Amino acid sequence: MNSRENRTPDRRREPITDTQLLLTITICIFVFMYGLAMLVWGGGFLKPQMLFDLLNDNAFLIIISCGLTIVMITGSIDISVGGVTALVAMVGVMILNGSFGPFVKLQEALGLPDGARIVFALVMALLIGLAYGLVQGYLIAFLEIQPFIITLAGMFFARGMITIISVDPQKAPQDLMDVLQTRIEIPWLGSPNKKGVIIPARMEIGVVIALVIVLLVFILLRKMQLGRHFYAVGGNRQSALMLGVNVRRTRFMAHLICGTLAGIAGFVFMMHTGAGNATNATAAEMNAIASSIIGGTLLTGGVGNVAGTLFGVLTLSTIKSIVTTSGLRDPWWQSITTGAMLCFFILLQSVVLMRRHKGGSR
Amino acid sequence: MENDVVLTMRGICKSFPNVKALDHVDFTLRKGRIHALMGENGAGKSTLIKVLTGVYSMDEGEIRIDGIEDAIHIRSPQEAQNFGISTVYQEITLCPNLTVAENMFIGRSPGKTVDWKTMEKKAGELLDNLGIPARPKQQLGSCSLAVQQMVAIARAVDTECKVLILDEPTSSLDENEVEMLFRLMRDLRERGVGIIFVTHFLEQVYEVSDDITVLRNGELVGEYEVKDLPQVELVAKMIGKDLEELSVIKGRDKGADEQAEMLYEAEGLSSSESRPFDFHIAKGEVNGFTGLLGSGRSESVRAIFGADPVTGGKTSIEGKAVRINKPLDAMRNGIGYLAEDRKGDGIIADLSVRDNIILALQVIRGIGHPFSRAQAEAFADEYIKALDIKTASKDTPVGSLSGGNQQKVILARWLLTHPKYLILDEPTRGIDVGTKTEIQKLVIKLAEEGMGITFISSEIEEMLRTCSRLIVMRDRNIVGELRGDELTQERVMRTIAGGGN
Repeated sequence: MNSRENRTPDRRREPITDTQLLLTITICIFVFMYGLAMLVWGGGFLKPQMLFDLLNDNAFLIIISCGLTIVMITGSIDISVGGVTALVAMVGVMILNGSFGPFVKLQEALGLPDGARIVFALVMALLIGLAYGLVQGYLIAFLEIQPFIITLAGMFFARGMITIISVDPQKAPQDLMDVLQTRIEIPWLGSPNKKGVIIPARMEIGVVIALVIVLLVFILLRKMQLGRHFYAVGGNRQSALMLGVNVRRTRFMAHLICGTLAGIAGFVFMMHTGAGNATNATAAEMNAIASSIIGGTLLTGGVGNVAGTLFGVLTLSTIKSIVTTSGLRDPWWQSITTGAMLCFFILLQSVVLMRRHKGGSR
Repeated sequence: MENDVVLTMRGICKSFPNVKALDHVDFTLRKGRIHALMGENGAGKSTLIKVLTGVYSMDEGEIRIDGIEDAIHIRSPQEAQNFGISTVYQEITLCPNLTVAENMFIGRSPGKTVDWKTMEKKAGELLDNLGIPARPKQQLGSCSLAVQQMVAIARAVDTECKVLILDEPTSSLDENEVEMLFRLMRDLRERGVGIIFVTHFLEQVYEVSDDITVLRNGELVGEYEVKDLPQVELVAKMIGKDLEELSVIKGRDKGADEQAEMLYEAEGLSSSESRPFDFHIAKGEVNGFTGLLGSGRSESVRAIFGADPVTGGKTSIEGKAVRINKPLDAMRNGIGYLAEDRKGDGIIADLSVRDNIILALQVIRGIGHPFSRAQAEAFADEYIKALDIKTASKDTPVGSLSGGNQQKVILARWLLTHPKYLILDEPTRGIDVGTKTEIQKLVIKLAEEGMGITFISSEIEEMLRTCSRLIVMRDRNIVGELRGDELTQERVMRTIAGGGN
C-alpha cells in the first residue's frame, strides 16, 4: 500500500516517450546514411557545400513539412500545400516582373523603386497562404468535413489558378533575383576547387528562414499550450474535448499555420528558382508527408516532432542525392528508392512501437 | 439544511430524435455528501450527467450552483469546469500520448506557455498526496487502466471543485483500488465537496453514499437517504417491479457427471497473451473463469477462441482433434465468443441491428453466399423477439441502443450460429439488473439444451449463481478449481488471494 517508499520518482530516469524514440531513430539513420555516402561515394559528400546544397534546394520543403507535421500531429492532413507553394511562386514571379497591373500601378502611385515589388510579393505570399489556411481550417474544424477531401479540392484549385494566371512559364527579372538570391558565405566551411582556391560554403536566405521556422515550430510544439493541444487533439479528440481543450479552435489553428507556412514556402521557392511554372513543386505535398513520416510523425496523430521532420527532409533528399550520385540518373530511380525507404521506415516504426507497447502495457 | 445545497437541477428535460431522455428531472446535491445516482441503463443517468457537464444542452429546466445568484447555462465541459463541476468518466477521457502531468493540467492552465517544471512538480505532489503509483513524466499510455483512472480523478480533484461527478469510476478497478478510491471520496466529503456517484455496483453505493436519487425511463422516481432505503427496495425502484428470486436459476453440475459427454478439451493451450493451461468442458455444463482483473481469465478464453495468436497446445472438440488458430476456425467448429470489450470487439455501431445479428452466421457461410433480405429480416425478427431486444426497428443502428440491448444483439448474433460451445466474457458488465437476470436465465436454459457455456464476470456472486464449476486464476496461472460445496464466496476469495488451504 505504501507505495511512496517503494519508488523514488525523481531519481529514476523516465523511459523516453514514443516521440523521442522515433526522433532518435531518424537522426541515427540520417547520420548513418550521410556517413555511408561520405565513405562510399566520397567526392561531393565530403564537402560541407553538399549539405548546404541539400538545404538550399529543400528549404521550401522543410517549411511545408513543418506545417504538415503540425497538421498530422492533430490527426489531420493537408495535401494542398504543394499547389499553394506553386501558386504563390507564380504570383510572386509575376509581381516581380511587372505582369500584374494593379501592383505596377500601386508602385507608381506610391513612387516606389522596383525593389518594393519584393515586399508586394511577400505580402501576397502571406495573404494567399493565410487565406488557404483560413478557408480550409474553417471547413475542416468547424464544419467537420474530411480534411483529405477539402485539401484535395484546394490542391486542384491552386493548380488550376496557376494556369489561369499564366499559361506560359514566367521568369523573374535578374536584378531582383540577384537581391533575392543573396547568399550567406561561410568561409571556414569552404573547400578548395580544382585550382586550389578556397570556395566558401554558400547558404541561401531561404535556409535561414526555414531553420528559424523549424525553431519557432519546435517552441510552439514544446512550450506553448496550443502546441500541447495539438498533441492532445491528435491523441484522442474526444478526450481532449473532455479535458477542456477547445478542439475546434485547435484544429483550425493547425490548418491556419499550415496554410500560412505553405505561403511562406512558396516565397522561399520563388527566391530559390525565380521561375513561375504550373509544374513547380510537383508532389511537394507528398514529399512533405513522407518527410514527416520519416521524421517520426504518425499519420494517426498525437505523435511527432519537428526536429525529426527537419531530419526527415534531409534524409529524403540525401537518398535522392545518393541515387543520382550512383549513376542512376533517370528520375524514376529516385521515386523507387524513396518509396522503398518510406516503406522501410514505416515498417521500422511500427515494429519498434509494437515491441515497446507489448512490453509496456502487459 | 437548504444552506448546504451546492447544486440544484429543476425540471430538466432533454429529447433526442425518437426518445425523451429526461422528463422534468430534479436533482439536489448537498455539501459534504456523496449522492448516488441510480437507474437502469437508459434511465437517463448519463444524459443527466452530460447536461450537467455541458456536453448536451438541455431543452428545458434550470441549474443553480452555490455562490452564483442566477441560474447558470453550461455550454461546454470547459464552462462546467469554470463553475466548479468536475467529472471523471467511465471511459478514460485522457490522452494516452501525453505525459501523466500534462494530462492532469492540460486545458486548465492559465497563460499561453507551458511551464513543465512547475507542472511536473505540482503533479508529483498531488500524485504522492493521493498515493497514486504514477510518475509525472511517464507517458500515460504506459500506465495500467486503473492508474489512468486515478490520474483522471487526481485531475478532477485538483481543480477547485464544488461538485465532483464520478461516472462509473470503479468498473475497471480491482478491490484494493476501489478501497483506495473510496478513501479518497470520503476524504473529499470531509472537505465539503459534493460528490455525484454513478455506479452499477449496489454494494458500493451502500458502502460510501449518503443519498440516493433513482431515475427510471428518464423520469425521477425519488430521492432517498441511504439508511431509509434497503437494497431490495432500491432495486425494486430501479426496475419498477419486484425482483425475482435469483437463487433458483443455478444450473446442474454436469461437469461432475462422469457420463457427461466431453465437448471441448485443451491441453497446454497457450497464446501470445496467455500461459499454457489445460481446460475442458462437458456438454450442458456452465463453468467460469474467475480471478482479479488482469489475472489472465479473459486471455485464456481468447486463446480458446483463437482471438490472440495461438502459440501451442492441443485442442479437441467432441473427441476429434482440431486446430484453432483464428476466430474463424473456432466459429466453424461451433464455438461462439462474446467479447469483453463490447464497443471494440462486439458491436459494429453504425450497422443496423439486423446486420449485426446476422454477421457471424454470414461470416461462417462465406461472403459469396449472402442472405436474402427476407431471410435476414426473419432471423432478426426471431431473435429480437426471443431476447426481447428493445429497438425502434431492425434498421436502427446498434450504436443508438442502450448497453444492455447492444449486449443482447451480440448474444443473438452468436445464438443464430447455433454454437455447441459459447464463451461469454463479462456479458453483464454495465448492464441493468433486469437484463442481467434475463441473461443469467438464458445461460442456464441454453445449458439445459446441451450447450457448453463458459461464463466470466467480475461479480463473484453472479458467477456463483450461474456456474457449476469455477476455474480460479491468479497471475496468469490456474490456481484452483472449485465445484459443488466449495462454491462459496469466501472459498473463491481465499483461492484468489492464495495461501489459503
